[in-house]
Amino acid sequence: MTDTSEERVRDAGFDDLLDALAEGDGYYLACANGHGSLPPRRVCPECGSTDLDEEPLPETGEVATYTQVHVPAPSFADDAPYVTAVVDFGPVRLTGQVLADYEDVEIGTEVAPTVGETETNGERLVRFELR
Amino acid sequence: MTKVRVAGAGMTPFGSHPERTTRDLFAEAGTRALDDAGVDRGDVEAVHYGNFMGALSEHQGHQGPLAAEALGVQAPATRYESACASSGVALRQAVRDVRNGEADVLVVGGAERMTNLATAESTEVLAIAADELYEVRAGVTFPGAYAMMAAAYFEQFGGSREDLAHVAVKNHANAVGNHHAQYQREITVEEVLDSPAVADPLHLYDACPITDGASAVVLVSEDYAEDNGLDAGVAITGTGQGGDRMALQDREDAATSPAATAAAEEAYGDAGVTSDDVDVAEVHDCFTIAEVLALESLGFFETGEGVTAAREGVTTRDGDLPVNLSGGLKAKGHPVGATGTSQVAELTKLLRGDHVNSEHVPDARVGVAHNAGGTVASAVVHVLEEVGE
Ligand SMILES: [Zn+2]
Repeated sequence: MTDTSEERVRDAGFDDLLDALAEGDGYYLACANGHGSLPPRRVCPECGSTDLDEEPLPETGEVATYTQVHVPAPSFADDAPYVTAVVDFGPVRLTGQVLADYEDVEIGTEVAPTVGETETNGERLVRFELR
Repeated sequence: MTKVRVAGAGMTPFGSHPERTTRDLFAEAGTRALDDAGVDRGDVEAVHYGNFMGALSEHQGHQGPLAAEALGVQAPATRYESACASSGVALRQAVRDVRNGEADVLVVGGAERMTNLATAESTEVLAIAADELYEVRAGVTFPGAYAMMAAAYFEQFGGSREDLAHVAVKNHANAVGNHHAQYQREITVEEVLDSPAVADPLHLYDACPITDGASAVVLVSEDYAEDNGLDAGVAITGTGQGGDRMALQDREDAATSPAATAAAEEAYGDAGVTSDDVDVAEVHDCFTIAEVLALESLGFFETGEGVTAAREGVTTRDGDLPVNLSGGLKAKGHPVGATGTSQVAELTKLLRGDHVNSEHVPDARVGVAHNAGGTVASAVVHVLEEVGE
């Protein structure tokens, strides 16, 4: 059930975004009407526009909501407990692991996105660092 | 438009039956439903069957025909998958088929086998109801997603772990006499608060268990019921479905469930009732916070005001609006694909007066069932009414 990173085939769009986030060049997709969305995406989910352009992701965002996971899936067995958050960047929100203690995070906390690897099996994932 | 009656309802005991296949579970529930209805197997025109994880938990896809075969029904059968709303969605399709005159007799139900997996494995499998790329790979579990909804709710509207604990205590109390229920025992607020953390702020006793089980109802047209002298005193008068963006991160607000609000508005309009007319409800309390969101989406409380409903006794069995008299997903159990039709089976018995908890709602005429998938990217609401004698 748990893939290893050697076996995993790239997911077009998604892995490209992770590559960019890892370089500090995160982006989102913007339609002509100003809606933000994330790849892979051909159509704006809000308005149906197919005219989507990459725009730079703001360097920091604010925690919109968060939790500390104590009971993980097997693919995060060695990572638990860990903090997961939905982070609001304005045009889009992004979910990832927060590199901080649960007590040091609250709704509104400012964080910056990066890419790391899970302790359990080295899978890439979105991470957030406190600012 | 043809009117839809529930002619019969059947369930297996919900609980830990790791050795039982979904085909066996469904055969038991379906047979009970057909026996309850007094409907001949040969009259069944189709089987609508809900199942979520069978392809992973028992390596069995294409479960529709297998379910019909197990029930001894020779008719077309389809499996519906909408995560935890799978059989609710199956029911909605069946209701529409009867209304449209496409069928007079349908079996609708669902089954799930879950406890044959270790807890960690079932945690992984349940997570496939979330967005694989943007949620699961970031470490979001199913409890973790609802925990983030609870955290957002507390931030915006207030409320406490203790408020949520009262939801669990209420639903356990309701399950005590329900012989279908997984946990037929009471718990205390202290036990909920002191149970181990699963995903803060939710603890073990805020969460429904892992459950094996099946449920089924027999839907018939009003004409078929009359022509065959069936005792089918409950009608499904309203159906509604709502949808939302799949991932929590793609919703404006993690503290509300607009898909359920849309489903409820459609179902109430369809039935010609309002939330004020509802006497009893079965709602999708996979986590305590989920019951709160359901109460608000169903219009029983304003947004942000449902969190104290159990604590203040409004939704307890002796309150103005008893919610989850079955024990809910929390105490009755949550065999994912079976849950939607089990809610309707429980409501049917509550309205007919032959449920163990019918004594708490002796005058109930209108019931509502709320079934949600994932973090409520899918929601199905049905209105049931007792037919006047
Ligand atoms: Zn747009």
